[in-house]
Amino acid sequence: MPMRKVMKANEAAAWAAKLAKPKVIAAFPITPSTLVPEKISEFVADGELDAEFIKVESEHSAISACVGASAAGVRVFTATASQGLALMHEILFIAAGMRLPIVIAVGNRSLSAPINIWNDWQDSISERDTGWMQFYAENNQEALDLILIAYKVAENEKVLIPAMVGFDAFILTHTVEPVEIPDQELVDEFLGEYEPKYAYLDPARPITQGTLAFPAHYMEARYTVWEANENAKKVIDEVFAEFEKKFGRKYQKIEEYRTDDADIIFVTMGSLAGTVKEYVDHLREKGIKAGAAKMTVYRPFPIEEVRALAKKAKVLALLEKNITFSVGGALFQDFSRALINESEKPKIVDFILGLGGRDVTFKDLDEALAIAQKALAGEEFDEVNWIGLRKEIL
Amino acid sequence: MAVRKPPITTREYWAPGHAACAGCGCATALRLATKAFSEAMEEKYGDPNAFAIAQATGCMEVVSAVFPYTAWKAPWVHVAFENAAAAASGVEAAWKKLGRKGKILAIGGDGGTADIGMQALSGMLERWHNVVYLMYDNEAYMNTGIQRSSSTPYGAWTTTSPPGKYSIGEDKPKKWVALIAAAHQVPYVATASIGNPFDFVKKMKKAAKVDGPAFVQVQCTCPTGWKSPLEKGVEIARLAIETGVWPLFEIENGDLWNIKIQSPGGGAKVKREGGRVVAIEFKKPIEEYLKLQGRFKHLFKQPEAIDVMREQIKAMWKVLGVDVTLPKPEE
Ligand SMILES: Cc1ncc(C[n+]2csc(CCOP(=O)(O)OP(=O)(O)O)c2C)c(N)n1
Ligand code: SF4
Repeated sequence: MPMRKVMKANEAAAWAAKLAKPKVIAAFPITPSTLVPEKISEFVADGELDAEFIKVESEHSAISACVGASAAGVRVFTATASQGLALMHEILFIAAGMRLPIVIAVGNRSLSAPINIWNDWQDSISERDTGWMQFYAENNQEALDLILIAYKVAENEKVLIPAMVGFDAFILTHTVEPVEIPDQELVDEFLGEYEPKYAYLDPARPITQGTLAFPAHYMEARYTVWEANENAKKVIDEVFAEFEKKFGRKYQKIEEYRTDDADIIFVTMGSLAGTVKEYVDHLREKGIKAGAAKMTVYRPFPIEEVRALAKKAKVLALLEKNITFSVGGALFQDFSRALINESEKPKIVDFILGLGGRDVTFKDLDEALAIAQKALAGEEFDEVNWIGLRKEIL
Repeated sequence: MAVRKPPITTREYWAPGHAACAGCGCATALRLATKAFSEAMEEKYGDPNAFAIAQATGCMEVVSAVFPYTAWKAPWVHVAFENAAAAASGVEAAWKKLGRKGKILAIGGDGGTADIGMQALSGMLERWHNVVYLMYDNEAYMNTGIQRSSSTPYGAWTTTSPPGKYSIGEDKPKKWVALIAAAHQVPYVATASIGNPFDFVKKMKKAAKVDGPAFVQVQCTCPTGWKSPLEKGVEIARLAIETGVWPLFEIENGDLWNIKIQSPGGGAKVKREGGRVVAIEFKKPIEEYLKLQGRFKHLFKQPEAIDVMREQIKAMWKVLGVDVTLPKPEE
């Protein structure tokens, strides 16, 4: 029988790691995900998780040790956030390029300067071109589930690229919610023991990993990472379906809410999706035809699903906790790319909000709605809008 | 007919076909190191192949693993420049979990060890991973075109320490990474040289056989970066030992008060007290070592710089607890 326990997303991530039974964990603490390695240390100390826990001296070494261990052929895990993820940046490319199915839990937090420990998505968004898959959790249950799902996708032979699972700093990392902990036997059935197909650092069958490639081979190597990301799109759907069958919880790359007859669809990620769904209910009561969509999978970017979503709306209002300077948000760029060659497309309005843990309230969303309504009415509108900016202190 | 047993195994892990420059002393060092490792693994575990290598970016990585080829006949992984020690930590942890017997060999140049990789090295040693870290010390960043590192000796020319009107070349003394490693109180630390290959092999075997972390710093010549004759690598390395430039020692269990200094040879007079080397009177002037290398050529126009070097070498030996006399060349 699955257990229900009240816990923080950090604990949910640690539980997911425990259930996935990685053989090597290497981690370095950073707020807000410190509790993840702490909790895992307890599991290891109590003998509930039979793993080597390397208490590395930095995030750079955490991911490096994960690459080493994964290259040796075992399932690995780490957790980090913000500056810690940024310190891993260089090695993130390497992990993907070496096709190692590593999974990282990311407590999504802003980046310095100024120092800020609260939530936005700039940390993982900044790693969007590393070749890693990216999943975003709306709540603590999703944090747990998506980590299991991430392993299953990452370790698929057609994929073999690493994945990160993001959950919002403090909003989720430190907030307790009931979480269903699946049965170990079911997880074992779902994930199975990780057995790399090729020999990894095996003296009986020595191979060389992490080579230099001349121009004659580099592009092809990069192409395989592209191909793996493309393959992941289908595999993710299959794994979502299998997960639903086994555990009863349904996941989609883009989860839609009241979109069928919507004029304006708010698109967002992470915990903000919960707020936005409620806001949509509130608008519907007032007779405003609004809907919501949540990006559960951000990389590989679900272009087909975005196109299908766009067909339903006259205005897509993107709510983003990140910035791509002089463009707007990263989603804005991705959505524009997905829709550029469509013959009929909605207007896209971008909203930058909630940076560094700034609360996103209904009042903020009203501000966004007003601008989206201008676009809907065919009036002039700004493509990029900062919501909740305190102009008086600028 | 009696067949003499070769002094070291004929098994090869560093195969011909790598792309190191002709006369590269570091390639020699890696070949010897892996042979030594294999012998140690055979003696300890009964399996000569019971090891894997994690290597830092640098000359020796670039010349040995160009896709789709490899010079490695042992399991080998390269991750990046600064993290051979961290990657090796991961491999070691994975092997532990897999129940695989053997030892991990981490390899880094002086840049990847003394500079950018220092933190990861310290972490690996302190966490007591069962890894031998081999620092092959060619005294500069060779792979990126001969820039100075903190292991570049005083007075040397490099592309970022060029001698000029206001410069003598590299103006800082060499960083002694072996002593930093020993400060972690690990089971085994040693310096070695390709100028004394038997000693190097012996030390690598010893390092490979201890339980826990070990560190070996081997000086190896780089004809390209040192501007030295291709065929004189071993001779130059030998001269570094015989003139006092490169001390050979072992430190066991981090006992810095009991550094085992080896006799340098070359006619040097060694004074011992209670089995301990306390003073060495070198017979060969350091100039004999310097003059074979283009990187020190400019110093001969400013002999006072060579005197500064002598003082620094004395100071370094003092840290090792040895009083040395360094002769000047006869006029
Ligand atoms: C983070 C990072 N910075 C810089 C480099 C470029 N780089 C590659 S090898 C190298 C120097 C290597 O020097 P060393 O460790 O002394 O080895 P050698 O080339 O002399 O064998 C540098 C600077 C890199 N690969 N990674
Ligand atoms: S540059 Fe020096 S260290 Fe590098 S391969 Fe050539 S000789 Fe060896």
